[in-house]
Amino acid sequence: MKFITSLFLMALLSFSLCIFLPWWSIAFACFVVAVCIPQKNGVSFIAGFIALFLLWYGLSFWMSFQNGHILANRISKLILQQENSFLLVLITALIGGIVGGFAALSGSLFRKNFKHA
Amino acid sequence: MRILFSILSFLFTVALCYVLDTKSLFKLPLGKFLSPQAGIWQNAESFETDFSDQLHFDQLNGKTTVYLDERLVPHVFAEEESDAFFVQGYLHAKFRLWQMEFQTLYATGRASEVVGDVALNHDREFRRLGLVYAAEKSLVDMENDPISKSACDAYTAGVNEYIASLNYSSLPLEYKLLGYQPEKWTNLKSAIFLKYMAYDLTGNDKDFEMTDAKASFTKTDFDLLFPSKQDSLDPIISKNTFFPIASLQSKVPAFADSIYFDFLKDTIAIPEVEMPDESNGSNNWAVDSSKTKSKYPILCSDPHLKINNPSVWYEMQMSTPNSNVYGASFPGAPGIIIGFNDNCAFGFTNAGRDVKDYYEIKFKDASKSEYWFDSNWVSTSRRIEKINIVGKPAFYDTVAYTIFGPVIYDASFSGKNNQVNKNYAVRWSAHDNSNEFKFFYLLNHAKNYNDFQEALPYLKSPGQNCVFACKNGDIALHVQGAFPAKWNDQGEFVMPGFDSSYMWQGMIPQSENPFQYNPARGFVSSANQRPTDTAYPYFIGSNYPVYRGLYLNRKLSSMHDITTADMMALQTSNYNVFAEIAMPILLKHIRVEDLNENERKYFQKLEIWRFENDVNTTAATIFELTWNKLTDTIYNDEYANKPKNTARPYKSTLVDALLRDSNYKFIDNVTTTKKETIEDVVTAAFKSASLEANQLEKQNKLSWGKYKDTHVDHLLKLPGFGAEHLKIGGSENCINATKSSHGPSWRMIVNLTPITDAYGIYPGGQSGNPGSRFYDDGIENWSKGNYYNLWMMRPEDKNDLRVKWKMVFSRK
Repeated sequence: MKFITSLFLMALLSFSLCIFLPWWSIAFACFVVAVCIPQKNGVSFIAGFIALFLLWYGLSFWMSFQNGHILANRISKLILQQENSFLLVLITALIGGIVGGFAALSGSLFRKNFKHA
Repeated sequence: MRILFSILSFLFTVALCYVLDTKSLFKLPLGKFLSPQAGIWQNAESFETDFSDQLHFDQLNGKTTVYLDERLVPHVFAEEESDAFFVQGYLHAKFRLWQMEFQTLYATGRASEVVGDVALNHDREFRRLGLVYAAEKSLVDMENDPISKSACDAYTAGVNEYIASLNYSSLPLEYKLLGYQPEKWTNLKSAIFLKYMAYDLTGNDKDFEMTDAKASFTKTDFDLLFPSKQDSLDPIISKNTFFPIASLQSKVPAFADSIYFDFLKDTIAIPEVEMPDESNGSNNWAVDSSKTKSKYPILCSDPHLKINNPSVWYEMQMSTPNSNVYGASFPGAPGIIIGFNDNCAFGFTNAGRDVKDYYEIKFKDASKSEYWFDSNWVSTSRRIEKINIVGKPAFYDTVAYTIFGPVIYDASFSGKNNQVNKNYAVRWSAHDNSNEFKFFYLLNHAKNYNDFQEALPYLKSPGQNCVFACKNGDIALHVQGAFPAKWNDQGEFVMPGFDSSYMWQGMIPQSENPFQYNPARGFVSSANQRPTDTAYPYFIGSNYPVYRGLYLNRKLSSMHDITTADMMALQTSNYNVFAEIAMPILLKHIRVEDLNENERKYFQKLEIWRFENDVNTTAATIFELTWNKLTDTIYNDEYANKPKNTARPYKSTLVDALLRDSNYKFIDNVTTTKKETIEDVVTAAFKSASLEANQLEKQNKLSWGKYKDTHVDHLLKLPGFGAEHLKIGGSENCINATKSSHGPSWRMIVNLTPITDAYGIYPGGQSGNPGSRFYDDGIENWSKGNYYNLWMMRPEDKNDLRVKWKMVFSRK
């Protein structure tokens, strides 16, 4: 349950912060949630990863779908040398996931240090 | 230990964010770039996007309503004229900001700021050409005129209001890709844009190339290679038109024969710089009521430019209490450029006159502060050009300005690699004061031929063949611009810069520019050919494309009861009149008995070809290959020992020569002892072309459409951002002058009936956003030769089904 709650909170807080703040505020969001909700380090990482992977996957896929994948096809042709909108969405989601995961791991580690101190 | 882990993990996360937010590791800031809430996904315009809006700005004087139709063409209805220009600026920025800014940066010589030192040579060339210096002069005239100043001020304010509304997530895609920010728009930038068009349309000169041709050939050979007469010429102004004697008689300098017209001497190094496309030409014509089915004039205009996406054109209607005009506008400049209003229509082709000449300058010393002129040392003024380069230290270039203009080439700069050891100043008519904004303003407001004539003198550069037609039945064509009155062959070659007698001695008076008004033949037309026959009393050179004009006049003479559909067929005609004229040379002189089976097959294709450069024809490709091989076979031996890039004869020269004389001097290969005949060279050329055709056929690339391979590139040539392999015919000598990346950039047909009936299309779309469905939606229809109805909307049409969105601009 804690896992689901943290995952949900990370995604929600990330989305909210990004309305006003630069994209890297997702790291802050995952860090804070991981500090507040105690979980094993690995579990925190996975929560952060999945939260942002799903959030960025969902958002980018939805926007691309609404756009008939016009933009994604062009950008993937440009930077991946192939017209593959799905791959671009996947890369987007992975970037979000990795940042979210490491931020959550850092939050988890930080919390444990704080407790010990 | 745990603390160490904690710190490491934290630092790693921070580093990850840093790397993904900057270009430090990857070429793109991938996190920032791909983040769904700020990056490129924000540019993925939904099919459901609602463009309707309510906007409030203090600068506005009244209310302006913009109706966007199903193709995203805005129909602007402004209560106050200045508001219409404000809104035009806003809309240009909203749909085309990156393009308009990049084009002006490029024209300014600031491309290195964005793309790095790959553009340094380009930037230096444009700084040295003095493009901004020219724009600054035209800005003075524009700002001294209350009408053009008010229009430009309002336009600039509109652009800047849109820029002010942007944040990272709403930035156009290309800014995110290249990683920079838009800067404020200024009136100077609009002036720079118009000067860039002047460069594009007057910048192609061959003065250095011709100088070396003169230095390398005898006068006899030179005259054969560069004759002053084209046999196929049907000039813009009908033959046998009477012209009064020139009021300005320019004097040939003393000793020109030995100093300037000296053949066979030392060649000079030819600068290797970028040049605007030679085919920057166009067609335009108007027929009067006697020739149309509707009994009202029809005007047609299709400017041929490099075809890029986003397009150089943006279609719109601008309606104010004192004008209502529709047409193609330039993102970057106020007003409508090619279009029509409630009374008349207007269009342009390039006049192609030589208004850019070079003078060799002798400096006193390396400081370039003084130069020898009329037996004195005269001071230069110097302009220090600072070229900022992304990721590198700035480059400084000092440009000396002489009485002629800036010193464009010298030992420190000659373009790519051909080192020049002399100093050359450029005299370019675009450096002179002018106010082209006023020209377009007056043209947009013109109600009749008189108004058109009053607008004309404001167009000084680039010189254009301006076609005009009016609902009252008037048609006219004026060759308009500030053209120097030259003595014969002045400026064909590089001129000495020490002697004032080589300077331009004045501009041809406005009233002596050639024109035609309601001619008896019932039509006016131009296709970049020489404007007049030899009766015109001023020297105007002879390097003009000749074939499109010939065919156009032939067709227009024979057409009656013309409809807009007939005009569409003519404007998209793939008939290659050059091939029609040249083909008899091939068919007559190819020795059929020497051909093998495969070559005979190709020969038969040529025999039955009807000269249509259609997508699927293979004969057009075989003809093109053969003619190119023939040209090479005939001239390459003579040019083998000449400097690289020495001027070559025009396309019409060889056809004219071979039709006149089958013993044309250059047929003989000077490197062989044998005396080659015309049969020898034509047969050899055809055999060699057949070999290539066979290769192409094996790759399934012999059809004309595949061989020519027309494509529309993004301005930065980004892969995936253009349109490739378009199925469109035509060639440089067809009315449909579509080449591989160049062609009719806007096709317009206006039937001036009481309720205007107009059609148009351009190879692009209204939105400059590569993530929009409106980015390239016109390209396929353009390729197919289809047209859109150009809808001159009336305010009472606001509930018409074509209206999809509504933007309202008003004061706060």
